[in-house]
Amino acid sequence: MVSTVLFFIFAGFAIACGISLVYHRNPLYSAISLVGVFLSLSCIYITLAAPFIAAVQVLIYAGAIMVLVVFVIMLLNLDDDRPRKSLTYLYGIGGGLGLALLANAFFVYYAVSRVPNHEVNTDETVGRTLSIGQSMYTEYLLPVEIVGVMLLMAIIGGVVLARRLSQPQLELVVDEELDIRNEKEEKDDFRVSF
Amino acid sequence: MEPSLASYLALSGTLFAIGAVGVVYKRNALGVFMCIELMLNAVNLTFVAFSRYYADVTGQLFVFMVMSVAAAEAAVGLGIIISFFRNRQSIDVDDASILKN
Repeated sequence: MVSTVLFFIFAGFAIACGISLVYHRNPLYSAISLVGVFLSLSCIYITLAAPFIAAVQVLIYAGAIMVLVVFVIMLLNLDDDRPRKSLTYLYGIGGGLGLALLANAFFVYYAVSRVPNHEVNTDETVGRTLSIGQSMYTEYLLPVEIVGVMLLMAIIGGVVLARRLSQPQLELVVDEELDIRNEKEEKDDFRVSF
Repeated sequence: MEPSLASYLALSGTLFAIGAVGVVYKRNALGVFMCIELMLNAVNLTFVAFSRYYADVTGQLFVFMVMSVAAAEAAVGLGIIISFFRNRQSIDVDDASILKN
């Protein structure tokens, strides 16, 4: 009973924060709404007896990724998002897509509710860190290694993409050439005057 | 009494629909990025709900993988956004049309 009440509270909060994420035009307000979605989903994971995933959700999403996003928002000093002047047909496409997906969600609710045998499994050890770690480092070792390589590639790609091109060094070379050229002209002048 | 599997799936589908609408509606590249994160989280909720109701740890491991992919996406995507802003002084996705013709 308690978990049902908590589920509906946090589900309502998550949906409200999601709508606020789409509604606000200031990217900082959107980011704060997204943090609200992440935190309420983390609480819902706790009602699903998955404390490890709940902790990782707060650490990675609300901690690391949103700090990166807010950092980029502050770095770029953005204006508010404006309504589209061109491509306005996208509003119709987006509305139709949203309605179709919402209808799909309610169809799933209806269909899964009708399945009689969907009792909750009361095995509480599934979501514990111990069982996750055991299966992560035995049965799913290769996917974990592949994820590690993928993260390394992403870090290298991020550094390469966000790197400033070496224009200052080029300007330095040009300046030195200009100095040499000026010195030659001065010598030429001197020679002529001599 | 626990909430049923169907209510978790309905919440997940609703969040996914909100995220999909946001991806189409937002002009700001950072807004599009955040809506994609919302859609990934909706899918994670489905995995955890099924993992709970079938008592199988694989779903939670896959959530871990999805979170790693989201972190990699954040690193690369924000790098792309920064270099796009440096070239165009804007992160409006409608301005990213140099390949159009």
